[in-house]
Amino acid sequence: MNAFQTSLILAFAFLAVFAEAALDAPRHWLGAQVDLLPGLMIFTALNAGLPTIALLAIFGGLWFDSLSANPLGISILPLLAIGWPVFLRRDLILRDLPFAQLVLGAAASAAMPLLTILMLLSGSQEPLIGWGSLWQLIVMTAGGAAATPLVFALMNWFNHALGYQVRTENSFRLDREIQRSRKKQ
Amino acid sequence: MFKQKNYFALGAVIFVAVLILSLPASATTRLKFAISSWFLPLFGLADTAQRLPADLADTVLPRRELLQQIAKLRNENQQLKEQQIQTLAITRENDQLRTSLNWQKQAPWKLKLANVVTRDPANWWRTVQIDVGSRDGIRENLPVLTASGLIGRVSAVKLANSQVVLIGDPNCRVSALVENSARDTGVLLASGPLDTSLVQLTYLASSANLKSGQNVITSGLGGIFPKGIPIGQIVDSRSVEFGLYTEARVKLNANLGSLEQVWVLFP
Repeated sequence: MNAFQTSLILAFAFLAVFAEAALDAPRHWLGAQVDLLPGLMIFTALNAGLPTIALLAIFGGLWFDSLSANPLGISILPLLAIGWPVFLRRDLILRDLPFAQLVLGAAASAAMPLLTILMLLSGSQEPLIGWGSLWQLIVMTAGGAAATPLVFALMNWFNHALGYQVRTENSFRLDREIQRSRKKQ
Repeated sequence: MFKQKNYFALGAVIFVAVLILSLPASATTRLKFAISSWFLPLFGLADTAQRLPADLADTVLPRRELLQQIAKLRNENQQLKEQQIQTLAITRENDQLRTSLNWQKQAPWKLKLANVVTRDPANWWRTVQIDVGSRDGIRENLPVLTASGLIGRVSAVKLANSQVVLIGDPNCRVSALVENSARDTGVLLASGPLDTSLVQLTYLASSANLKSGQNVITSGLGGIFPKGIPIGQIVDSRSVEFGLYTEARVKLNANLGSLEQVWVLFP
């Protein structure tokens, strides 16, 4: 984990939020816009430290709310609520398996709108919800699930292409070599 | 030590979230504008990218087709000029009649063209951002329409762009009038999150005589939308709350799903 990866995650979040606002095709064809931030939060929670999770929750939430009619800051806590439990249990998660990424992405993409709407309703806001919201939730869950392995692949590719290469190490160390020569007495 | 660091980060996020949510409305609005201005370079980029295919198509359009289009537009222009002469005569007559009756003169509408740059990324709001702002004279609550009819009102104004809340969003209620003999008046509310072409016209009189296809226009009540802007047509109606009032579904004239250019109206 380094500053480069944190910057990369934040840059991806910025572009993802803009793409959600600018690209209308999913809403036009499926009736709902797919959110990429939950999938990115899963990647961050499995691969980065808590400061990066905190930064993504704050900046990702603020960027999303600034282009939306949401009250500013309402998306911060739902994003954190996704990243925090995954971070706590990340040693038990097979993060490299696409199926695990898919399931986590689906759960996060379903939880994010539910938590946000819950917060909006508790703040006496009137979001546009109805029976059609169930279909939107299904689209968001399925779309988010499908997008999460892609987010993982893309972020890993960027890390390999632009970040520092991981140094391969073997067990051989010169200073710990056993000398097998006869000792002179 | 490791755990302490983690809890510090967690506490910091919760503190920031609670702090921003509890800020006064004016401060939140200013902060929202400041953050959304980060996206301004990308708005320009997206606009250029959207125009690129059309520009490319223009360069390869055959000359014959262009000449045909010019001839068609000349013809259309001639017809519009004739219509304008008639309209001016009617307006003059209307003004004279209003003066003789001591009625207030009707001011002509001023329109400002704007491009839709982004849509709300959240599925539970129906808003769009347009590329005109306070530097273009835009202010809150100005009506926004297309050539087909009303689409909403300006809900927030920034320096270079503004947020428009569309009809069908819970924050955009419009007082509407049905063009029938009784001139029934109701309020347009949100219908559902999926279908953007239908809205609910409610609080109509229980005796309202509604028929499919009747035009719905703005009533002028409420002080935001001037009277007479076309909204849509009645689809069907039903009596609700044991006959207390009538509700109708209205099909909007404007297609909210594919907005590209809109007009901001200065009444």
